[in-house]
Amino acid sequence: MKYVSEYRDAALVKNVIEEIRRTVTHPWTLMEICGGQTHSIVRHGIDQLLPPEIELVHGPGCPVCVTPLELIDKALSIASRPDVIFCSYGDMLRVPGSSRDLFSVKAQGGDVRVVYSPLDAVTLAQKNPDKQVVFFAIGFETTAPPNVMSVLQARRLGLKNFSILVSHVRVPPAIDAILSSPQNRVQGFLLAGHVNAVMGYWEYPSLAEKFKLPMVVTGFEPLDLVQGILQTVQLLEANQARVANAYQRAVTFEGLKPAQEAINTVFMECDRKWRGIGMIPMSGWGLRPEFDEFNAEKRFAVEAIHAEESPLCIAGQILQGLKKPHHCPAFGKQCTPESPLGATMVSSEGACAAYYRYGRAEELA
Amino acid sequence: MTNDIPNIEGAVCAPPLAHEERIVMGHGAGGRMSHQLIRKVFMSAFQNSALNAGDDAALIQLDARQRLSVSVDAHVVEPLFFPGGDIGKLAVCGSVNDAAMLGATPLYLTAGFILEEGLPIETLRRVVESMRAAADEAGVQIIAGDTKVVQKGKADGLYITTTGVGVVREGVNISGANAKVGDAVILSGAIGDHGIAVLGARGELGFQSSLQSDVAPLNRLIAAALDASPNIHVLRDPTRGGLATTLNEIAAQSNVGVVLHESAIPVRAEVNAACEMLGFDALYVANEGKVVVIVPQEDAEKVLAAMKSAKYGEDSVIIGEVVAEPKARVLLKTVLGSTRVADMLAGEMLPRIC
Repeated sequence: MKYVSEYRDAALVKNVIEEIRRTVTHPWTLMEICGGQTHSIVRHGIDQLLPPEIELVHGPGCPVCVTPLELIDKALSIASRPDVIFCSYGDMLRVPGSSRDLFSVKAQGGDVRVVYSPLDAVTLAQKNPDKQVVFFAIGFETTAPPNVMSVLQARRLGLKNFSILVSHVRVPPAIDAILSSPQNRVQGFLLAGHVNAVMGYWEYPSLAEKFKLPMVVTGFEPLDLVQGILQTVQLLEANQARVANAYQRAVTFEGLKPAQEAINTVFMECDRKWRGIGMIPMSGWGLRPEFDEFNAEKRFAVEAIHAEESPLCIAGQILQGLKKPHHCPAFGKQCTPESPLGATMVSSEGACAAYYRYGRAEELA
Repeated sequence: MTNDIPNIEGAVCAPPLAHEERIVMGHGAGGRMSHQLIRKVFMSAFQNSALNAGDDAALIQLDARQRLSVSVDAHVVEPLFFPGGDIGKLAVCGSVNDAAMLGATPLYLTAGFILEEGLPIETLRRVVESMRAAADEAGVQIIAGDTKVVQKGKADGLYITTTGVGVVREGVNISGANAKVGDAVILSGAIGDHGIAVLGARGELGFQSSLQSDVAPLNRLIAAALDASPNIHVLRDPTRGGLATTLNEIAAQSNVGVVLHESAIPVRAEVNAACEMLGFDALYVANEGKVVVIVPQEDAEKVLAAMKSAKYGEDSVIIGEVVAEPKARVLLKTVLGSTRVADMLAGEMLPRIC
């Protein structure tokens, strides 16, 4: 497949791995921030190919995994209403709330639909004027442009029956939080290339400087990943704490200005709870007050819903890179993708699900 | 900012949802949830040796020589007509293939129709005509049927259930439990065509392709393989749940491991592109005209040659082998030379967020 197979070329990947072997002289712990990268690393077994000095730990970059429990409960409450068509990205359906998930709501008669784009939800609102159409707008910076476009489009069309339930999160505050933790082990970051495609990487040099470590904008295909790892190791070995770009075919320093402007028109920064981690100040985006009419939390008066999680699994430690999925005593036993204990097992981008589906035999033994 | 992060020991998850109270869509996806439903609800109630074998068709020993295969397949598909086939062709091929997967020659089918009030009779006629054509190709007769009509909105156009009866060839012993260490794993062609063609035909993906469903009667292809070697151990069509789920079923039934070579598994460019966009894995996408053949290594080449010269088997290829360890697991040797587990599909296959 053009523009994909080139970046999965075994010989090219092996060359870069060899270069990493030649470069590395110390043990280094790197974190890939994005769940899509975790998925690709485990799917292609890239961690098995690396020299033993390099340890990859998996970051909190799965938007499905970190969506807080109470937002899920709010979604379940709204989706259960007979006047609502509730639209969501596919893998949110399996995430458990306090007592149910969206599959259960659907089985009990709720109109829950998987859409491939938030604009499909806007079209549904146009076609169903007697229904309230709600889109579950989750994600990192990557999904923010289409999510805000749905609001702008709904306003342009004068729709009174469209709203979004927002649980947006941002990468830079998460990196700040991870590196500020006294238990932090991460010495270098592979930045989430698709986030940077939208946002650029102008937000990161101050973080690299503050915490004195290198960060490399990295893509998602095997060759992209090993290139990102190589550049991070080169910077670490040279003791250089700066930001580099190993994903130049998609990412510029400034990013996509029109997308950033659209985001800033509709969203503003806000505090956000991360499932399994807790509150990270100013780590999220929420709707600006001038878009209140599109705010599902206000329209359906679910703001008062609060939920606490019961202590069962170690998802939080996995999301912070402190533990690996197979270190969890429940992994693959009480906790499987069809009966998940934790959000990291639920989403196909979650580290536990990636390990479960693609993990090595010895880890599953 | 450190102080704002709660103690990680308090980091937690929600309780599990086993979905044991109500049916959800994942119960119908052909993966682990389907298996648990079958085991907990159906097998525990119906207990008998033919059912407990867990193959695509049940085998009934009539006398010392004669063995019958009996199978049933219910069909729901939306849309009713899709590139390469329709619900009628699916219903016939489903039961023909179930019989063939036991090494039986399918002979007779019965068909039950659930029709939704308001369905155009012309639509039904087209479906029935397609069933006749598929039956003719497979060499089977549809000898009995039943029709029920439900109120508008209580069904999605029409549903068809077919039962297939066949006679098992003499001298063959085929079951998902028969895979042996050292056997070769042969696949009859590219995977994922049916699932992606049907998904594309729903028009929700915003892209079009020339991809056709692979739905086909495989009884003649399998007869050619069995003519080449009666020593075939396992035959199974990787339908819902895809190739990975089917091989996991076999690995568990036979208590062996299976090693696949990613680079050997054929996937069309259109299927690959759709999977990349949606976050699917072709190993889990449904097929309706492919078969996995597990055969002793010494017979592999002649079975492969026979399959390649038969209709629907032209692109047959050896994709892996049966190993002793790890038991009940399927391993995939990736293009890059690493190894990973290819697990069974869990519940419903869901598109990823980004």
